[in-house]
Amino acid sequence: MTGRLGMVVAGSLTEGVQIRLDVGISTETIKVGTFVSIQGGKFRFFGQVTGVALEAADMSLRGVPPDVSNPFIEQVISGTTAFGMITVEPMLVIADSDDPAAVLDGPQPAKTIPPHFAQVSIATENDIEIVFGEEDEEHFYIGTPLDMETRLALNIPELVTRSNGVFGKSGTGKTFLARLLLIGILQKSNAVNLVFDMHGEYGWKGSSEGTGREVKGLKQLFSSRVAVFTLDEESSRRRGLAPDYVVRIGYQEIEPEDIQILRETLSLSDVAADAVYSLHRHFGRNWLQDFLSHKGREGVRDLADSIGVNSTALSSLHNRLSRLERLPFIEGSGHDSLNQILRYLERGMHVVLEFGRYGNDLASYILVANLLTRRIHERYMQMSEQASDDPSRQPRPLVITIEEAHKFLTPSVADQTIFGTIAREDRKYNVTLMVVDQRPSGIDEEVMSQLGTKITCLLDSERDVDSVLTGRSGSRKLRDVLSRLESKQQALAFGHALPMPVVIRTRNYGSLESYKELGFRDDADSLSDITQARDDLFGPP
Amino acid sequence: MSELIAGRIGEIVEATTAAFTARCHELYVAPALGTLVRAGDNNPVLGIVAEVRTQSLDPSRRPIAMGVDEETEEAVYEHNPQLNRLLSTEFQAIVVGYESESGLKRHLSPFPPRIHSFVYECGRDRLREFSSSYEFLPSLLNSPIGPQDELIAAFLRYSSLTQEDAQAYLVGAGKALAPLLIGQIQRLNNILIRLIS
Repeated sequence: MTGRLGMVVAGSLTEGVQIRLDVGISTETIKVGTFVSIQGGKFRFFGQVTGVALEAADMSLRGVPPDVSNPFIEQVISGTTAFGMITVEPMLVIADSDDPAAVLDGPQPAKTIPPHFAQVSIATENDIEIVFGEEDEEHFYIGTPLDMETRLALNIPELVTRSNGVFGKSGTGKTFLARLLLIGILQKSNAVNLVFDMHGEYGWKGSSEGTGREVKGLKQLFSSRVAVFTLDEESSRRRGLAPDYVVRIGYQEIEPEDIQILRETLSLSDVAADAVYSLHRHFGRNWLQDFLSHKGREGVRDLADSIGVNSTALSSLHNRLSRLERLPFIEGSGHDSLNQILRYLERGMHVVLEFGRYGNDLASYILVANLLTRRIHERYMQMSEQASDDPSRQPRPLVITIEEAHKFLTPSVADQTIFGTIAREDRKYNVTLMVVDQRPSGIDEEVMSQLGTKITCLLDSERDVDSVLTGRSGSRKLRDVLSRLESKQQALAFGHALPMPVVIRTRNYGSLESYKELGFRDDADSLSDITQARDDLFGPP
Repeated sequence: MSELIAGRIGEIVEATTAAFTARCHELYVAPALGTLVRAGDNNPVLGIVAEVRTQSLDPSRRPIAMGVDEETEEAVYEHNPQLNRLLSTEFQAIVVGYESESGLKRHLSPFPPRIHSFVYECGRDRLREFSSSYEFLPSLLNSPIGPQDELIAAFLRYSSLTQEDAQAYLVGAGKALAPLLIGQIQRLNNILIRLIS
């Protein structure tokens, strides 16, 4: 649908402007979230439909409606005495002049509203490009605005300067969206991804929840730029994938802080959790292995006596931690996993760490993700500080993707985990997060408010909606938009990387065509490339 | 009455800037309610017939019943030829525009038509031209003569027949009426019903 919708008849900056729909424009054709442009006298405003209402010029219409059994009468009354009204939130404004300087400045946040009777139309392709930018070496096509075919592109370098969030209840397509963002980061910025892939959705292949169909992961599409690491080699091999590296964690690498973050997951009491520090003081670096080697109740009690810790607490700690012994990827003393990851990242390779069957064990996920991230962050801090005089030596920006964050970024532990720190400190050390989660209300409010760009699919619970919109001006109107998203392939995107909030229909992912559009070359393409190269070298046969 | 002056239907006997009254040249030969008529030869005034009445020429003498022994209505007039002299048909039209050197105007003429000006029924082309814009609706809605709603409906029904798409014309007229009748939804409803019945 294109063309004129109506004209401004009332409104305010706080409540948005009221637009009376033209005769012949039915409210049925306009959806909340639709992107519109308003032509003022000197400026053009861009905004989003935040409300749709039925109005009547004659108040008695409600009580004594006309005889609409007659189509003629209905035809006359519709759009005249009874008409549609939409509310539009003007968000951006651009000078409407031939002065190239004014146009070059681009759209600015709207600090006023268009005058009475300003004409309102559905935004055009050109409008979308003015506001969001064209698809180019920095802008990644992420989807189309509601009811439009125009490609909406996201400024990826801008996106990765801050931590971001992808939200949505399960089955709404947030994994697809996250996968697209990862590809965007891979293609359109110099940042690298480190993905803690809980359910094996990003590395080699993923699955589509609706159809159960398999879709290609990052490695299949960009094999030369993506490395798949795994914690569970067996699972990778079973799926016919040769991982680039099998990650092992040494006992000595586990520090008391790594256990603190597991406090809730392992149901540790405060006393038990604090006892970890006593153990660390007592045993030194190899505290965990030494502690777990104390077998039997007697052994633990003696240890408790000697380090001055409550023996019941220590005994329960022993019980809980002994499950770590059963995790095959924790073994021995020293491993090179961390350095391997860093080496890959430094080379500009994107690393997906698959958890295999340990993805279902939250403790494993939290432990490994936290442990690795903490050390990577430390290393990045050192590198950034060393390079403080010479910006060109700054480490390559790193985006760490985590899932199920509501389980370990809860308000009670957020300030203790490295993820909380990264979210708060922003881009200081070139490390940012991409949080993929279905229950944002479980995530610490401070962390949520630090997320620069949020892309959210449909959310069910009021609390989740509140939490996603926290700190966002005009959140009441966005809430209406958010709660009316379709349950598939639709998302509301807003924040740092976008000049204004927008509802998008996520671009397709999963068909050969969609892969090719992302730059994937299948065997036939490769063969023709080789033939072409051969012909170029030696001349046609 | 000769057939020479085609379309002539009467002669003005009373005129103001807003309305005029014309006596028909023949008893009962009056334009229908809602007919567009033209009065005068210089800058003719356009009016819409808002009321037609037939009465005794002498207001003090009411007609009496004369058909007691007659079989048909026609027979009454046949056997009493004086009736054509004692009764007269008049119509009142409200002024809705005039013709000037610069074209058709859809507002009141600065001067009323003169007494004894002849009144003509407007042809199809003139009616189409006049009714192609709905500007005349407010004057009909506020007509000081006759039942306004019936008048509007009658005029729109006629004029719609001169338009290419009569139905679309009537819908457009309805839509133009709607804002004029804010707060009078039932009145609007009544007019609309009369438009299509």
